Amino acid sequence: MDTFGIWVAAFLTLGIISFLYRDNPWYKVCESIFVGISAGYWFVTLFYDNILGLFWRGVTSPDPHYMLLVGAVLGFMMLLRLVPPIGWISRWPLAFVVGATAGLYIINYFSSNVMLQVQSTLAPLFSTKFGQPIFEASLYDTIGNLVIAGGTFTGLVYFFFSKEHKGVFGGAARIGIWTIMITFGASFGYTVMSRMSLLIGRMEFIFGDWLRLIR
Amino acid sequence: MTFNSSVRFFLKVGSVITNRTILFSLTLLLWASLSAAQPPVDSSTAGLFNTPPPDVTPVAPRNLVVMDNPNDAGHAVIITWDSSIDDHPGGKVTAYKILRSQNKESGFAKVAEVPAGSQQYIDNDAADNIPYYYKIMAVNSSRQAGQLLWQVSSETDIFGPVESKPQWFDMRRLNVFIGMIILCGLIIFYINQAKSGKKLFIRKIAGLDAVDEAVGRATEMGKKIFFIPGTSDMDNVQTIAGITILGRVAQLAAEYETWIEVPVSRSLVMVTAKEIVKEAYTKAGRPDSFRDEQVHYLTDDQFGYAAGIDGMVVREKPATIFFMGNFYAESLILSETGNSIGAIQIAGTGQPSQLPFFVAACDYTLIGEELFAASAYLSREPKLLGSLKGQDIGKAIILVAIIVGILLESFNLFQLSNYFKVIG
Repeated sequence: MDTFGIWVAAFLTLGIISFLYRDNPWYKVCESIFVGISAGYWFVTLFYDNILGLFWRGVTSPDPHYMLLVGAVLGFMMLLRLVPPIGWISRWPLAFVVGATAGLYIINYFSSNVMLQVQSTLAPLFSTKFGQPIFEASLYDTIGNLVIAGGTFTGLVYFFFSKEHKGVFGGAARIGIWTIMITFGASFGYTVMSRMSLLIGRMEFIFGDWLRLIR
Repeated sequence: MTFNSSVRFFLKVGSVITNRTILFSLTLLLWASLSAAQPPVDSSTAGLFNTPPPDVTPVAPRNLVVMDNPNDAGHAVIITWDSSIDDHPGGKVTAYKILRSQNKESGFAKVAEVPAGSQQYIDNDAADNIPYYYKIMAVNSSRQAGQLLWQVSSETDIFGPVESKPQWFDMRRLNVFIGMIILCGLIIFYINQAKSGKKLFIRKIAGLDAVDEAVGRATEMGKKIFFIPGTSDMDNVQTIAGITILGRVAQLAAEYETWIEVPVSRSLVMVTAKEIVKEAYTKAGRPDSFRDEQVHYLTDDQFGYAAGIDGMVVREKPATIFFMGNFYAESLILSETGNSIGAIQIAGTGQPSQLPFFVAACDYTLIGEELFAASAYLSREPKLLGSLKGQDIGKAIILVAIIVGILLESFNLFQLSNYFKVIG
C-alpha cells in the first residue's frame, strides 16, 4: 500500500511540475484531483471541527455553551440565500462578520502596527540605549540607527496620500520608496532561498523515496 | 477428664478467646478513628523517615502582602513577600509553599510551591468575590535519590481576607486607548469636513489610475478579467479592502460589458463577492447581465486554489488580472503564470513578504496602505476621503513624535518610547 501511495504521489508531483513546460492533459488531471480532493477534504474537516466538534458538542455537553447558538443562527441566516424571496437576510451575518472583524482588529493593529513600531523606532542615535553616555555606540551601530530612523521616517512620508509628493516632501517620499524597494529586494532573495528548500524536498521525494537513487 | 470438667475447660478457653478478640477489635477501631482524625498529610512528606539535623529550620519570610491582581479579568490574586533571611545560596531555604484557605483558623492547603529566591506568585486559581486567607511557608528539606529524607518549615502570619475581582479597564493600556481616541477623533473630524463640502486632495496612485486602462484593455481585446481576492477569509482586513476594490472594478466591467470572473477560496468571501458584483452590475444599470457563476468557489486549500487558477489562466487567457487581498506563498505562482500569458496585472496586498513577488511579476502593485486607500481613491466618496485625511494627520503626529523622541533619547533628555510601550 505504501508503494502504491508513493507511485500516486510521484505521478501527481510530476503532473504538477509538467506545467512548467505547458498546459497539458496530465496537469489538467492532477489539477482537477488536487482541487476536488482538497475542496472535499476541507468540507469534511470544517464539518467535523466546527459543526460537530465545536457547535454540536458545545451545545449538547453537560455544561452547554448556548452562545454557540448565536453562531448557528447566523450560519442558518447565511443559508437563506438559497431562498430568493428572503435571500436578503443572508446579508446580516455578512455585516456582522465584517463589522466584528473591524472592531476586533482595530485595537490589535493599532498596538502592533503603530505603537510598537514607533516604540522600536525611538532609539538613541549615538548610544546603544537610553541612559548610556552619548556617542558611546560604535560607528556601525550609529549608522544602523540612522538607517532605521531615516528609513521609517521617509517610508512613512511615502504613504501620505493627502499631500502632493513635490519638493522636499517629494524627495523624502522618493527616498522612502527606495528604502522600501531595497527591503523588498532583500526579502525577495531570502524568500526565494526558502522556496528552494521546498523544491529540494520534492526532488528528494522523487529521487529518494520513489526512484531510490538517493539513499 | 469427666464430661462436666471438659465442658468447663472449653467454656474458659472460649471466653478468653472472645475477650481477646473484642479487645483487639476495640484497639483496631480506636487506631482507625485516631487515624481518620489526623489532618491530611502533605504528600511531599510521605517518604519522611529521618529526623532532621539540629538547627536547620529556616526563619519565616516577612512582609507577606496579598492583593487582587490588577488590570485583569479576575480569577487571580498576587502574593508578594520578602525572602527569609536564610534564603541565600547554601542557606536553609529550599522552597516556599503558598498555602490558602477560606477559613482563617484552619483548612490551609498548598496551592503552589516555588523555588527559593522567589518573592512573588500569582494564584490564577482563585474564584472571584470569595475571601481567601494566605500564608507562606519557608521550607528546608533534604532528598536522596528523589526520596525525601527530612523536611522542616516555618510560616508567616496569616494574611487576609483577600478577594479576586475582575476589572473593566486594563489601565496599563491607557496609551493605546488615548491613541485610538485621537485617531478616531481625527477621522470623524475630517469625515465631517468632507461631508460639509470641503474639497480634500488625494495624490495620484499609479496602480489605481491603471484600473480603468486595464479594464478598457480587456474590453478592446474581448477577453475576460480575473479578480483574485486572496486566500484569506472575511475576517482579514486585506480581503475586505480587496472586495471593496472589486466593487469598482466590477462596475467598470459591467459598464464596458466585459466578463469579470472571481474565483474564491472561502465560502464567506464567495457570498460577499457575489453581493458586491451584483450590486456593481445594478449600479452600472445592467443588473440582468450579472451571472451567479461569475463568482465561484474553487477550494479552501492554498495550493489547490493556486493550481486551479493557474489552469484557468492558461486556458482562458484573461487580458487583465487583479490580485487584491491577502496572499501567501501562492503569490508568485499566480502572478508569474499571469505574466507568462501577457495579461496586464495589478496587485495589492499588505503582506510584506509577498510584495516583492508582486513588484517583480505585476505591472502595478499597491503597496500596503495603498490597498486600503484604494477604495477612497476610486470612489472619491467624502466619507472615505475624510477617513484617509484623518489617517494622514495621524501619521503626521507619529512623524513628529519620531523626530522629537529620537532627539530626546539621543541626548538622554527623556525616554519617550516608554509611552508607546504596549503591555498585556
